[in-house]
Amino acid sequence: MVIKFQNNDKPVIITGAKDMPPMAAALGSMLQNKTGSWRNVRPIIDYDKCIKCFICWKVCPEPAIKIVDELPVIDYDYCKGCLMCAEECPKDAIDFEKEGK
Amino acid sequence: MKKTMMGNYAASWGAQLARVQVIAAYPITPQTLIVEKLSDIVADGELDAKFIKVESEHSAMAACIGASATGARAYTATSAQGLALMHEMLHWAGLARLPIVMTNVNRAMAPGWSIWADQNDSLSQRDTGWMQIYASSAQEILDSTLIGYKVSEKVLLPTLISFDAFFLSHTMEVVDMPEIELIDKYLPPYKPDYKMDVNDPRSFGALTDEQYYYEFRYKMQKAMDEAVDIIKEAGKEYEKITGRAYGLVHPYRCEDADMILVTSGTIADTTNVAVDELRAEGKKVGNLRIRVIRPYPKKEILEVVKGVKKLAVIDRNISPGYSGIFSQELKSALYNEVDIPVRSYIAGLGGRDVKIEDIKDMANDALKNDAPNDLIWKGVKI
Repeated sequence: MVIKFQNNDKPVIITGAKDMPPMAAALGSMLQNKTGSWRNVRPIIDYDKCIKCFICWKVCPEPAIKIVDELPVIDYDYCKGCLMCAEECPKDAIDFEKEGK
Repeated sequence: MKKTMMGNYAASWGAQLARVQVIAAYPITPQTLIVEKLSDIVADGELDAKFIKVESEHSAMAACIGASATGARAYTATSAQGLALMHEMLHWAGLARLPIVMTNVNRAMAPGWSIWADQNDSLSQRDTGWMQIYASSAQEILDSTLIGYKVSEKVLLPTLISFDAFFLSHTMEVVDMPEIELIDKYLPPYKPDYKMDVNDPRSFGALTDEQYYYEFRYKMQKAMDEAVDIIKEAGKEYEKITGRAYGLVHPYRCEDADMILVTSGTIADTTNVAVDELRAEGKKVGNLRIRVIRPYPKKEILEVVKGVKKLAVIDRNISPGYSGIFSQELKSALYNEVDIPVRSYIAGLGGRDVKIEDIKDMANDALKNDAPNDLIWKGVKI
């Protein structure tokens, strides 16, 4: 009965109630839900200004900022463009542009 | 082992025998003794459980939801205003399909401030997706707690066990405590297929759009439908180990009855005595006690009442603007199936005693009058 779902690239096919768990529980994880498509504005980190304080990483509500090679990196698959990172950055190192530009 | 105990303690010991793992509770008369006893039991090391003191009934149910979602057997008890405060969380427990068992001591809703028996508190929660049991003895309270977990964990729906304030909660009765070894076999540890687990993370109760929500409701209804037979099976299995049988409806002297009284809670027990007296007077009257109202035992009720000439419902509750709630449900079950006139009585609101004579009065009134009647106020002072 338990549907184990480890590979996040694999789509979940639900044709009806029979394929669903009894409650609203994710079959895999919410990683499948790519919320980046909701974004209107795209934050961009200027690494010349970045002091690696990771406040952006800390405040991102998704969290869509990851630490890669000791630098904060925005994961645009999930970033909704709330710009909390830009607001909180002490060095104004995060700018943004309109999505689809 | 037989013990003399209050109805409330039968609930506490039922929870202990069920080996509940998390109890989250907030005190409210007339329920307080239930969780007070459980806190003693836990503090004395007689039950390996976490007792969580919370700041409100809403939080008590929220804590039970969290505990149950991780796979723990969770329990709480409440009454009237406390149950009403839980309302939002009751829907949550239902749709999250968590097998929580809760005891509710039926107490009239305020104002006027009342601590006495009436069923409006639990019936106001009828549509939250909880199975609902109405007990009529202390023994049944204990037994229902165990059967409740058995059924809940199978169909993944929570169970609410209600019984009348003071008439049962604070009244001493003899209760047979089943041996724990038997109960351990009857009720093995809960092993959910879906649970909150850090090693297998999932999101629970997340945003569910119109593509899926409707199907979750459908699945809940299917579970309720299945629960009818599962309650019967769990009752039969319980009978094998204890000798006590429980179904969804409990008919008393209904086989050859011309008229059947339809009752619930402690009024049902008093009605059995009234039926014996009416039978002694040559009146062919029976009593059908509705023990479970969700899932609604429509088929089981029809089987009992199908040949009868008349039905009389006694409701210790009212849906203001219409009539007694058991009466409405009974009539909707009869419609399209059988044509039996129903006379509906309201009695005992706010804990007013419903005595054997009162029940005989209502029965005699129903025997005399053939016309159906949606709403007759027994004993109201006008």
